[in-house]
Amino acid sequence: MAFLPVILWSDVLIWLLFATAAIFGWLSVRNPLWRTAWQRVGRSRAGMASATVLVVFVGVGLLDSIHYRPRLEEAAASAASGTSRQPPAYAVEVLSVLDAILTPLRTRNEKTYSEPLATRAYAKESIESRGADGQLQQSRDYPRLKHGGAHLGTDETQRDADIGQRLLRALALATLLWWALAAATAAGLARAESCTHEEAWRRIWHNESDFAWNAVLATIGVLLLVVLPLAALSFNYHVFGTDKVGQDVFYQVLKSVRTALVIGLVTTLVTLPLAIFLGVLAGYFRGWVDDLIQYLYTTLSSIPGVLLIAAAVLMMQVLIDNHPQWFATAAERADLRLLALCFILGVTSWTGLCRLLRGETLKLRELEYIQAAQAFGVADLRIIGRHILPNLMHIVIIALVMDFSSLVLAEAVLSYVGIGVDPTMISFGTMINNARMELAREPMVWWSLAAAFVFMFTLVLAANLLADAVRDAFDPRIAGSA
Amino acid sequence: MNAEPTLGENVAGSERATQSGQRLLEVANLRIAFASGRSLLAAVDGVDLRIAAGETLALLGESGCGKSATALGLLRLLPAAGRIPGGEVRFEGRDLLALPEAEMRGVRGGGMAMIFQEPATSLNPVLTVGHQLGEVLERHLGLRGTPARERSLELLTAVGIADAQRRLGEYPFQLSGGMKQRVMIAVALAGNPRLLIADEPTTALDVTIQAQILELLRRLQGEHAMGMLLITHDLGVVAQMATRVAVMYAGQIVEEAPREVFFSAARHPYTQKLFAALPDLARRGGRLDTIPGQVPPLSGMPSGCRFASRCEHAWERCRRQAPEWRQVAVGHRLRCHLDALPAAVTGTPAAGGSSAAPAADAALLSVDELRVHFPIRRGILQRTVGHVRAVDGVSLELARGRTLALVGESGCGKTTVGKAILQLIAASGGSVRLLGQELGGLARGARRPLRRRMQMIFQDPFASLNPRMSVGEIIGEGMSALRIDVQGQGRAAAIAAVLEQVGLEAAAAGRYPHEFSGGQRQRIAIARALAVQPDLVICDEPTSALDVSVQAQILNLLASLQADLGLAYLFITHNFAVVDHLAHEVAVMYLGRIVERGTVDEVLRSPQHPYTQALLSAVPSVRVDTPVEFIRLPGETPSPANPPLGCHFHPRCRQASAACRERYPATTSLSGTHTVRCHLHS
Repeated sequence: MAFLPVILWSDVLIWLLFATAAIFGWLSVRNPLWRTAWQRVGRSRAGMASATVLVVFVGVGLLDSIHYRPRLEEAAASAASGTSRQPPAYAVEVLSVLDAILTPLRTRNEKTYSEPLATRAYAKESIESRGADGQLQQSRDYPRLKHGGAHLGTDETQRDADIGQRLLRALALATLLWWALAAATAAGLARAESCTHEEAWRRIWHNESDFAWNAVLATIGVLLLVVLPLAALSFNYHVFGTDKVGQDVFYQVLKSVRTALVIGLVTTLVTLPLAIFLGVLAGYFRGWVDDLIQYLYTTLSSIPGVLLIAAAVLMMQVLIDNHPQWFATAAERADLRLLALCFILGVTSWTGLCRLLRGETLKLRELEYIQAAQAFGVADLRIIGRHILPNLMHIVIIALVMDFSSLVLAEAVLSYVGIGVDPTMISFGTMINNARMELAREPMVWWSLAAAFVFMFTLVLAANLLADAVRDAFDPRIAGSA
Repeated sequence: MNAEPTLGENVAGSERATQSGQRLLEVANLRIAFASGRSLLAAVDGVDLRIAAGETLALLGESGCGKSATALGLLRLLPAAGRIPGGEVRFEGRDLLALPEAEMRGVRGGGMAMIFQEPATSLNPVLTVGHQLGEVLERHLGLRGTPARERSLELLTAVGIADAQRRLGEYPFQLSGGMKQRVMIAVALAGNPRLLIADEPTTALDVTIQAQILELLRRLQGEHAMGMLLITHDLGVVAQMATRVAVMYAGQIVEEAPREVFFSAARHPYTQKLFAALPDLARRGGRLDTIPGQVPPLSGMPSGCRFASRCEHAWERCRRQAPEWRQVAVGHRLRCHLDALPAAVTGTPAAGGSSAAPAADAALLSVDELRVHFPIRRGILQRTVGHVRAVDGVSLELARGRTLALVGESGCGKTTVGKAILQLIAASGGSVRLLGQELGGLARGARRPLRRRMQMIFQDPFASLNPRMSVGEIIGEGMSALRIDVQGQGRAAAIAAVLEQVGLEAAAAGRYPHEFSGGQRQRIAIARALAVQPDLVICDEPTSALDVSVQAQILNLLASLQADLGLAYLFITHNFAVVDHLAHEVAVMYLGRIVERGTVDEVLRSPQHPYTQALLSAVPSVRVDTPVEFIRLPGETPSPANPPLGCHFHPRCRQASAACRERYPATTSLSGTHTVRCHLHS
């Protein structure tokens, strides 16, 4: 085998989440109520535009969640020749499918900082060069980058023209692709609704179709116009520059997406059951159950959060450091540390949602339809399941998305304190943290921070907009009035 | 009323202000619409109104007819989506719709003031009464400091608030509902308005408080010679207050008449239907007239007469052509194509209706000395420092096929009785026996077979149905929870049958509650209760959130279900007209105890307890010709946490004696069925 699959715990959780979402989607199609609700989401233009963006992010995250260890070359060669019965040796470095796709970005490291699309480094250095007379000459200049614009050779003045040419080509390709996609959509729609292509085209752009195709197509158009030029340029340039150790920032940003998704999603897996279960229990049963749960979360939330997280993370770090034999690779260690961080964040951040749900349950349990159910002698758990939980869902969805963004941000803060993800793991937090120091220098290194900010902002905004659309579609009061 | 219509038009605008005694407000062809997407939906379509000083015009109509929108439009206080596409509003000669906003602020409060429906939400909870009054005084009269304080005191005294000095420094939460409404009226009067707009000023209040407030409004109007626009859906209030009446339907005024003419010779079919739908003694036990269908939606107004689709006299012309105003007598005009209508339709007595219900046999439900006390906890250790005696020794019997009405003002504990009987609230003492079986001490599982024997219908049909469940699921829930076998037919068929029983289509099972109107929702709630085939249904004010015509439908439905299925109803209400119409027996509650009990005739025709007498006198009657002396109850209902010593009612009773202050009176039987707890009769 040319590689050894590596299954990290976070991979398992991410794919499990993906499978759950898929099963939920399949169930939704079969349930008429849910289907109409999702169809309402489909009609929401903002919702579908942000869903398209999210699909791209999730796609990147999923690609980055299939890990393997490549086989080392010499071992492979010897195994092929059959001269040795040695077991094949695999690299200690764990790669993902995304890493494989981005190999050029991953491997072409510079020495240190360089600006986006630069051909020379950002700081002057002493350069020794042999002059025409064979003498060693020392000069102080911006050194030429090893990879950035290397294909230009010595003719660096061609850079702008080269970039322009590549941009134009990429834009032309993007437009072409987009037209093809739009035409295919129209053709598909025409077949599905058995009308002419012109009619389908008109329906798409006059907002008369049952699905917000215009929003999806427009978003795809914008994405193509952004992604293709980035891709075209990234082969020969560092589009977002390089960081302190010369790594490509574009690569780092793409790798950060998975970390953000894991932190945002896996943490809510820990938060939600705790918050929903305890909150509903406290609100519904009141009495001593309520007292106990309230005591628990009041105590927990009165301990400064960062302190609690710091203590837990440090303990866990000591544990990990004392048991190196548990981990075959550094990636596995970093991964466990990430999961532990998710768990700790989850355990400390359920109190807000729990308090919210308790209050809402207190209100709901006094409503007359709950009392009607009690008058029928319906069991308490059934009342909670059928009457209370569905009416809490909009709060849960809102809290989920708000938490998603705040967790991605919390990760950045914790990395700043030095208790976030493993230093070897690339995340928005570590990127921002590394860039932080450089903001103070003159001239300023701004690109790391800007790239991380733009990607994080897009991710969080898309999640927020989609959640809005989902909530509106699932709230029968709003849906009924519309 | 408008004796000289031409005179006003000849007078120059500057002189009009001096003529304000004759024409305070003139509204011509006012149209109000609400923006919805790109289209405008007309909520008010061509309303004409005239109000003179000292006159009260009552604007009558069901909910959704545009009454409140008209009032807000006059003040230019419409919500953001509201538009006024046309019309003219002249107030003391000034065109309000053309005034700049800065001047309009002087008119609001200074020229015309408004009293809102809900006193609890129309006062700012974080400002003192004095502050809220002072705000108006400063804005409109320029009063500050001591003069403002003196004026505030005068105003509070004028609206009948005792100890005004202390009340000025108090916050709204320290006042009772009736007092809040008085403060609201004082605030409205502070700017010396010439016109008072009262939007359902007493709907949220109890009858005794309502009578106080109406009396106050009448007195103040007389003193200040104010014009008043009274918006209401209550014909009783109209009969007491109005000089002229305008009936509004689907955004238009359809009939306008002086009060006497209106109550004796209303001509429009809609008005007549409103009268016929009112539960009244004359049609006791019979079926009430209902208005089929609903008010047409704003988006689908018919081009012809707007009432045509619900009118039993409608003919072809009604659907084709919208009727114009037609004068039928002095000051009496209507929009209707019919030239003469038969006199007001009276209800047809039901054949063998509920009046012929079986005589009381073995009691289905018997409640003995039921008590529900809620502990008051204080301090860190949550120690019990006292009890709210919500229900304090209530005894009842109810037989199969009978209706017992439990009446009383809000806060007297009548709803708590209902819930304690259903075991939704644990009783603190006493016993509840259903079919001879004690409910109190039973475990949940053992109580379940008895659960299906009794069910409840709640007050608010919008809160009593889970918005996330389909109608079929809502109705089926009880069946599955109580494991009711539906022999020979599936659950779906059983649900369809019960839906049909309450007059809904079987297809309704697949739809969601928000797709139904208030009346239909209440039918669903009734269907849910009926689905488990109960013997006893506790109805907690099932019609108080509904319009008169819909109320009539629900009351008819309840009556026919009782006749068909032999249901017993415990009817909790504060509406005496409904009691009169539906109940066989009445129990009057005051502060957690039943003070008087008997058959409907005994209690409502010859009330013996002073409290019952006061309640009955406070009910506004629709008959204008028989003025009843209103027995004014001083003060408010005391708190059940701290009831007065002796008879609970003695601080408010005119006939209280020394004995009343010392001990609670024992039960006195006046006849086989009529009992009263009062020292006057012992």
